[in-house]
Amino acid sequence: MQAHQRMLDPTSKGLHSGESPLLQTAGLTKRYGDFLANDCIDIDIWPGEIHALLGENGAGKSTLVKAIYGLIQPSAGEIRWQGERLSGPSDARRRGIGMVFQHFSLFDNLTVAENVALGLDGKESFKHMSARLEQVSKLYGLPLDPRREVWQLSVGERQRIEIVRALMQDPKFLILDEPTAVLTPQEADQLFIVLERLKAEGRAILYISHKLEEVKRLCDTATILRGGRKIATCNPRLETAASLARMMVGGDIKEVKAASARKTTVPRLVVNDLSLAPGEAHGVRLEHISFELKGGEILGIAGVAGNGQDELFAALSGERLSKDPGTVVIEGIAAGHLSITQRRKLGAAFVPEERLGHGAAPRMKLSENALLTGHAASGMVHRGFIDTAATLKTVDSATERFDVRKAKRDPEAGSLSGGNLQKFIVGREILRKPAVLVVGQPTWGVDAGAAAVIRQALLDLATAGAAVLVTSQDLDELSEIANRIAVMFHGKLSAPLATSEASREKLGLLMGGSSLEPKEAAHAVGA
Amino acid sequence: MQLVLEKRAERSNTIALVSPLIAIALTIVTMVILFAILGKNPLLALHAYFIAPLTDSYSLQEIAVKATPLVMIAIGLSLCYLANAWNIGAEGQFLIGAVAGSWFAVKTQGTDAGAWVLPAMLVLAAAAGALYALIPAICKVKFGASEILTSLMLVYVADLLLDYLVRGPWRDPHGFNFPTTAEFDPVATVPLLIEGGRLHLGSIIVLLVVAAAAILLARTIKGFEIRVVGAAPRAARFGGFNANQLIILTFAVSGALAGLAGIIEVAGPVGHLQPGISPGYGFTAIIVAFLGRLNPLGILIAGLFLALTFIGGEQAQIAMKIPLDVTKVFQGVLLFYVLACDSLILYRFKLVSSNQQVTRGVG
Repeated sequence: MQAHQRMLDPTSKGLHSGESPLLQTAGLTKRYGDFLANDCIDIDIWPGEIHALLGENGAGKSTLVKAIYGLIQPSAGEIRWQGERLSGPSDARRRGIGMVFQHFSLFDNLTVAENVALGLDGKESFKHMSARLEQVSKLYGLPLDPRREVWQLSVGERQRIEIVRALMQDPKFLILDEPTAVLTPQEADQLFIVLERLKAEGRAILYISHKLEEVKRLCDTATILRGGRKIATCNPRLETAASLARMMVGGDIKEVKAASARKTTVPRLVVNDLSLAPGEAHGVRLEHISFELKGGEILGIAGVAGNGQDELFAALSGERLSKDPGTVVIEGIAAGHLSITQRRKLGAAFVPEERLGHGAAPRMKLSENALLTGHAASGMVHRGFIDTAATLKTVDSATERFDVRKAKRDPEAGSLSGGNLQKFIVGREILRKPAVLVVGQPTWGVDAGAAAVIRQALLDLATAGAAVLVTSQDLDELSEIANRIAVMFHGKLSAPLATSEASREKLGLLMGGSSLEPKEAAHAVGA
Repeated sequence: MQLVLEKRAERSNTIALVSPLIAIALTIVTMVILFAILGKNPLLALHAYFIAPLTDSYSLQEIAVKATPLVMIAIGLSLCYLANAWNIGAEGQFLIGAVAGSWFAVKTQGTDAGAWVLPAMLVLAAAAGALYALIPAICKVKFGASEILTSLMLVYVADLLLDYLVRGPWRDPHGFNFPTTAEFDPVATVPLLIEGGRLHLGSIIVLLVVAAAAILLARTIKGFEIRVVGAAPRAARFGGFNANQLIILTFAVSGALAGLAGIIEVAGPVGHLQPGISPGYGFTAIIVAFLGRLNPLGILIAGLFLALTFIGGEQAQIAMKIPLDVTKVFQGVLLFYVLACDSLILYRFKLVSSNQQVTRGVG
């Protein structure tokens, strides 16, 4: 084992004198080639504590929890469970470490009970397991019908399956990776009650997040990682959001400058009574969607994932065409029937929610990914031949302007961290100086530093006169950048509210399917 | 101790180049065992397979002659495979090309048609191969029929059509009832590069095809489309590329190249149309395409290597009475190892001890 310097940790020692930590990492190091993803990390996690793991994208949070959960093997250092060394993933699980991943691993066409059964060891009968599932879900106030198929469930309910599946193994230590990223404010509050209860039962929770207010409210201890190293362990309640953010980023996060002096100009994106049948089996039908978006304006679309945001994105981008050209009007030209390339030529740009596989081809270089959307109207192609220099120039410009961090000049897209890849994808589109930008979940799973860069870029683009449509589940984000906010529910879009009038309560109600004024809802068609 | 596959952060370019070599080495080890079981001296057998053909000019020319159709077909197939379109029926497209070109040779036989006969035959063969390949492609795009099945089944249709023609309408009246057309006229024959040798113009054509494919894939937007559609279909749609259109295009191009290879073989080394003009070129080309990493230059090298196994197989049969079918076993084993070794590009082996000893990360 490598010699390593131990960090002294007065807080946790002082708090828990006399006991031994439940889980301990000592000098945990993970090296990928020359890159140190984790550099000598020491963490102590005590029973009955909610421990936050804070850090920017690429700070090493995922690597650390994967090592703890046994999914990857550390290059040096060790992980101790109640003083004993852990050996491998099955050992971690057997001793009572559970994990709820950010990306759910559920089968859409199977029922809740079947999905849970797949994740368990399978020694108990299905019937017994189903009964236990209902019991656990009731006990913790996580209502679930074991017989329903997953595709019918909301994202919040899907997360419940993952949590219940973890709880059924009676974990002493539960790892949660950004659990509130997909929840409505009301759903998040419910989750916090469950976590408080688990804590009261003496279980330990490692809570990965970058929402600082949430961490201050919920967590007893916070460990901050930056660039693969542990920066500090502290009590988040004694810190301010600003001081936590400083430790995460290693400096002050740039304030996103509000858009006070933005002038709206002419309508650049108009959607007229757009209805579209779903393209795939479990898709959402878009019903009578209408809105008008002017230059200089940012329209936010809130809503829980899976309420038609993906379908709306496909209809706006031209990945799915509409029979009636007039349903989507870009820069005054009816474009409902035009392909995505033709829409790009009209001055539109698009950033889809999924970075890998949709917004970018993971196994291709950044320069090739620049070409992916740039071939339409950016002078990267001459007479069918690729201008490699021009594609590389886009990579360099995006890197410089949007602070994309990467190991070499032109790596594969899949090797970038989520935040850096998102900065590149947003940058790639903004560099084309679009008149209309449609963005899905611009900062989903992206840390505070990268999120600030992206939001500022969207604001600057609107200030420069473009019309920007942002779909997001993060209400703070929308209230920070949008002029107006509409809510999507079951394929319908509510009338937009001015951001100043859109309180969390109002938006939360709309996101849950209630209407603010019954009369208006009845005539939502023309809204 | 436990051996695990660990995903690499980025694909390894070194392994991408080395993996075919590992596959070849493993194949040779397997063949040594097989030769030993057959009761033949493995060293002599390997010598007959891989060394002897390289020692005389006739065999060297013969390798180039055999590599010509293999490489030509494999280039077309690689375009299909890169675009995630699985054309397994190159053998049929090869035969149809041979038939279509031969039709013109048979029709002009004995007339005073000039030097334009051969170019016309080449164009006809390419067109016929392309059209024949479009059948599975259109079935795939329009009806969602598996192109793997339909393209494979059309091989047998082509095979039987050729059989019928040479036994029936096109049979050489002075051919002692052998199922073959008459020897093609000189204007309908692919010219030789060396007088009295075996090397013919087809080898030059195939080099041009390799160069064109290399430029297409690396430098043009069409080549980029083909690669994206295969590598990330959803991202390709987002980029505005039409996957169905590319299935049609790549099938047509690969059919045309297979058809061209067919007529060059018939109007070149064979000299007339007969059954058995192909020792399975269309299938072996699948191995060539993958062994060559779906890369034009790689395919050229892989084509020469597999041509060597054909020649070596004949030598081994003559010298050591090793059945010719062993060559096919060899080729099958090779494809198996090539595909298996490919997982090393995205993954790496790692030894993990069962009691979780800390192992040092290897880059």
